[in-house]
Amino acid sequence: MSSRIPLRTISVSALARVEGEGAMTVRVKDGKVDGVELRLYEPPRFFEGLLRGRSFTEPPDITARICGICPVAYQMTACRAIEDAAGVRVGGPLHELRRLLYCGEWIQSHALHIYLLHAPDFLGYAGAVEMAADHREAVERGLALKKVGNEIMKLLGGRPVHPVNVRVGGFYRVPAKATLRGLAPVLEAGLAAALETVSWAAGFDFPELDIESPLVALHDPDGYAIIDGRIVSSDGINASQAQFLEVFEEYQVQHSTALQSRIVGAGHYLCGPIARYSLNYAQLTPVAREAASAAGLGTSCRSLFRSIIVRAVEVVEACSQALGIIEGYEEPPMPAVPVDAAGLTGHACTEAPRGLLYHRYRIGDDGLIASAQITPPTSQNQAQIEHDLAAFVGRNLDLGVPELTLRCEQLIRSYDPCISCATHFLSLQVVGR
Amino acid sequence: MSARRRPRLAVWKFSSCDGCQLSLLDCEDELLALAGQVEIAYFQEATSATAGGRYDLSLVEGSVTTPGDAERIRKIRAASRRLVTIGACATSGGIQALRNSAGVEGFLEAVYAHPEYVATLATSTGIADHVPVDFELRGCPVDRHQLLEVISAFLAGRRPVVPTHSVCVDCKLAGTVCVMVARGTPCLGPVTQAGCGALCPAHARGCYGCFGPAETPNTAALAGRLAALGMPRPARERVFSTFNVNAPAFGPAAAGTGE
Ligand code: SF4
Ligand code: SF4
Repeated sequence: MSSRIPLRTISVSALARVEGEGAMTVRVKDGKVDGVELRLYEPPRFFEGLLRGRSFTEPPDITARICGICPVAYQMTACRAIEDAAGVRVGGPLHELRRLLYCGEWIQSHALHIYLLHAPDFLGYAGAVEMAADHREAVERGLALKKVGNEIMKLLGGRPVHPVNVRVGGFYRVPAKATLRGLAPVLEAGLAAALETVSWAAGFDFPELDIESPLVALHDPDGYAIIDGRIVSSDGINASQAQFLEVFEEYQVQHSTALQSRIVGAGHYLCGPIARYSLNYAQLTPVAREAASAAGLGTSCRSLFRSIIVRAVEVVEACSQALGIIEGYEEPPMPAVPVDAAGLTGHACTEAPRGLLYHRYRIGDDGLIASAQITPPTSQNQAQIEHDLAAFVGRNLDLGVPELTLRCEQLIRSYDPCISCATHFLSLQVVGR
Repeated sequence: MSARRRPRLAVWKFSSCDGCQLSLLDCEDELLALAGQVEIAYFQEATSATAGGRYDLSLVEGSVTTPGDAERIRKIRAASRRLVTIGACATSGGIQALRNSAGVEGFLEAVYAHPEYVATLATSTGIADHVPVDFELRGCPVDRHQLLEVISAFLAGRRPVVPTHSVCVDCKLAGTVCVMVARGTPCLGPVTQAGCGALCPAHARGCYGCFGPAETPNTAALAGRLAALGMPRPARERVFSTFNVNAPAFGPAAAGTGE
């Protein structure tokens, strides 16, 4: 028998197993959810401000430092936005190498999230190290899978965190065909581990919560979208990357250092793996599609807690795309194409592991950045997370507070919110000098 | 049960990108072995279990940018037998220290609806500006091999073996052709501390100084060389003003890359 307490608060003062610093409070009054706050209190790092006055060649290295887990997403989006300003399209083998580097990041980031941050929730452990006592084989598989992603990043980028080899226009040095081929056995092993991951995750118990809001992702008719495509939604948005700011708007809330985002004239929306999967199912490579159906996923998925399976399917996809790229690779004549973006403005979106990432740069005639805007995935998902917390708590008030608190944390981790990324966005008045 | 008490390890985060903590999680082959040798008493990104009390080794990532964090680092210091900073943010304030000299006003031109909602300091400073530090590990990010060396050394009660010579020495050891001599590519290698394995020159680009100043760097001489290579003064200032802008020797170099 549950005894309904008229007023109670479900609260976590510091969210663990997420990147960055955040907290959560849900207030319940008279059996109804009365208020929800996801507080991202990570101090702002002023990236958009400090980019001003830098050369247009610098954002790939500087914006990488927004996030240690998805530096490639920042590097790729920055490069493509600046190339967009210059009217340059980097295609051919250089584009393929970028996609390969990005696949490495997806594998590494998703494996980290699945095994180290999220699975312990489903199996009842405080973390992966604790989980390893009973599930050593699984944790070792997760670490090995993560290492596959890191190997790609190391080979192409020099190192996994903040790769040094990326520049506007392409790379500083491109790998020889034979060197790249050497990754094939590593990726074959990764693909096998990824397939095991899908069936492992599919066996977990999933609390039910369906996302009813619009799903937003890039859509690339040529393949499961990672680095390019149009912005589409389950509600009919179909916009170019340059139209991002016409479709979405940001606003500030008191309890968070990160701006929130909504669809103009509508409201909150979801980006990230579930949105990508549901909008791009038809582009998945056959091996990923088979893995998804074996795991019981349909052609779309709106079940938030199952995002861990969707991530695992995306690791299969990334391994399989990467193998294709390695097979078809021919060394380009030059490691980079020349780019001059002085006096121009450019935009780009790519799919970071956690969801849609947007960059815009206005570049002065002197080649220095006059203004920059960066909208990371977690800023976009924040309002959606709060909405889902309210819906979930409202439906599960019969659970005791400790159980409900754990479930709320698990819900937040289903998003893999990247709080370090989310908060750099806001430049705020400095006080207390 | 009189098994020797395992040393207690804590990992703390201040203003940062999480990349240096991640370098620890990137030790895929060593992670479980390490976890067997220490008690992970606090590591928010890796586990929701938190144990209070005293810590034998505290690893600190990130810089101090809020009044609350200035207070928090003092408590952490008081509870830690040894305190080691990991990365450029914790060691010199990181890229977010660009606000220190630029004047934050420069970053605040955009009008925000409610600037009063968040308290932040006008400066981003390294941990040693606030409390005594036992060892500083450089890099943006740290090199994971160096990180493992530092952890093992402190757990064994010895000083870590981390070179303080410049990236140039590592290029020579690796047989990498000098990008500045051979191709005239501007490079901070002569004044930057080794540790990354001379990664950038190996990728045909100049070092951009992510490990901060080497021991006794001659930044003035390098600035002169960069000028001779045709790099204009503002660009010379910028190369010293990145991930270690607040480090002694790089900050002043940025301001004085004279003719
Ligand atoms: S030093 Fe660099 S890699 Fe480390 S936390 Fe700071 S920004 Fe990230
Ligand atoms: S060569 Fe310089 S910039 Fe490049 S990784 Fe090493 S220290 Fe950092």
